[in-house]
Amino acid sequence: MKFTEEHEWLREEDGLIVVGITEHAATQLGDLVFVEMPDTDIEVAKDDEIVVIESVKAASDIMAPIDGTIVEVNDAIVANPELVNEDPQGDGWFFKMKASDASQMDDMMDADGYAKFIG
Amino acid sequence: MGDLKQTPLHAMHLSLGAKMTAFAGYDMPVQYKPGVLKEHLHCRAEAGLFDVSHMGQILLTPKSGDVADAALALETLVPAAIAGLADGRQRYGMFTNDEGGILDDLMIANRGDHLFLVVNAACKDADLAHLQAHLSDTCEITPIPDRGLIALQGPAAEEALAALAPAARDMRFMDVIVTDNAFGELWISRSGYTGEDGFEISMPGDQAEAFARALLDNDAVAPIGLGARDSLRLEAGLCLYGSDLDTTTSPVEAGLTWAIQKVRRTGGAREGGFPGAARILAELTGGPARKLVGLRPDGRAPMRAGTPLFAEADGGEPIGQITSGAFGPTIEAPMSMGYVTAAHADTGGTIYGEVRGKRLPATVVDMPFRPATYKR
Repeated sequence: MKFTEEHEWLREEDGLIVVGITEHAATQLGDLVFVEMPDTDIEVAKDDEIVVIESVKAASDIMAPIDGTIVEVNDAIVANPELVNEDPQGDGWFFKMKASDASQMDDMMDADGYAKFIG
Repeated sequence: MGDLKQTPLHAMHLSLGAKMTAFAGYDMPVQYKPGVLKEHLHCRAEAGLFDVSHMGQILLTPKSGDVADAALALETLVPAAIAGLADGRQRYGMFTNDEGGILDDLMIANRGDHLFLVVNAACKDADLAHLQAHLSDTCEITPIPDRGLIALQGPAAEEALAALAPAARDMRFMDVIVTDNAFGELWISRSGYTGEDGFEISMPGDQAEAFARALLDNDAVAPIGLGARDSLRLEAGLCLYGSDLDTTTSPVEAGLTWAIQKVRRTGGAREGGFPGAARILAELTGGPARKLVGLRPDGRAPMRAGTPLFAEADGGEPIGQITSGAFGPTIEAPMSMGYVTAAHADTGGTIYGEVRGKRLPATVVDMPFRPATYKR
């Protein structure tokens, strides 16, 4: 699993990249109450703001961590945003991407690096 | 953070693992470990304990010895009828300014030979100065900074408080009593800011933590932070000063006409006589230009404070703005309140909030979003 400075995690699964937010991010945001997903089959560029989430406190954007195509979004968290807080690095995943250039992940942090990053 | 004031419960909040935030000059708990959603639902299901010691407690004592003189004096600053308030009863009111706007909203209790006021933390210094400027001829005005104030709210509140102060059981909504117990003299009102049955209890500051912990020893009682306090009051359709009420909003625009009793209105025995009466009485008769309305967004996206409101899905000028908006954990839906021009304030109408550049529909609804459960 790889991690970004924007508190997203990326995991390879069946040739796709599954993306979610970290446990740390979920805790900091507080209980999520709203998730707005992008359409599938759209091409996105790294740092595009593609998902809107709202917690009990405020709205935030989730950015595309790499270039690629959105293949699937997690409708379960749209219906039940709390799932993100309950299992942020499992059932609370956000979307699956087909990477244009998987090497964009090479420089991302591993679990140890991320743990140090959030200190 | 060094300049922030602390309530008598500050150390307890830290020991309970609260996440703290600056609020009205105080370092206050915004949430505890369970988080805002669970705290909100706990208060509705059982009982929540809130530290509201940052609020201002003020005694208004008539120099004549007759509480009616203090009541009549206070009526020169608030549109509520205070002279008619019975001994042992409390009433909601607001300080108005000469333009008919609201300087602060407050609770006013008649305690036999004096009045007891509870005002908002952010306004308390200004309120004291206001009272001293206008009422010091007739009243002694005494701030009470050394007492704690705790709100205990929810269906289990009565049982929890009665275990420590049995007299609480016999109170009804908006009753006030003074009672002695192991924690010293308690000033109790059966009221609150959640729409739940519950109490607000003032106690000596040095007893506040012991008293709070005695309540928290009851399994039904959990501490609740400012985050859930806000979503609870919004579900209950209760205004927040500084957000939904300010010096530009009149009580009539804010829908607080129920807090202006008949005797203070046009044709009443004590008609007018408060700051801004000309505007406020005219609005009572002719209707205000804008009104505070409840809004239920049709989708799941919350419409938060500052969201501009429009009559149409496209084009046109704003007809108003959201002043409070959040997700309602009990109603499991987003909810907002905001001011709109009177023409668009009718219940059942559809208006549009502009969220992230998109106009999203919302329905104008009656408040509260969730019915109150006061023990009347």
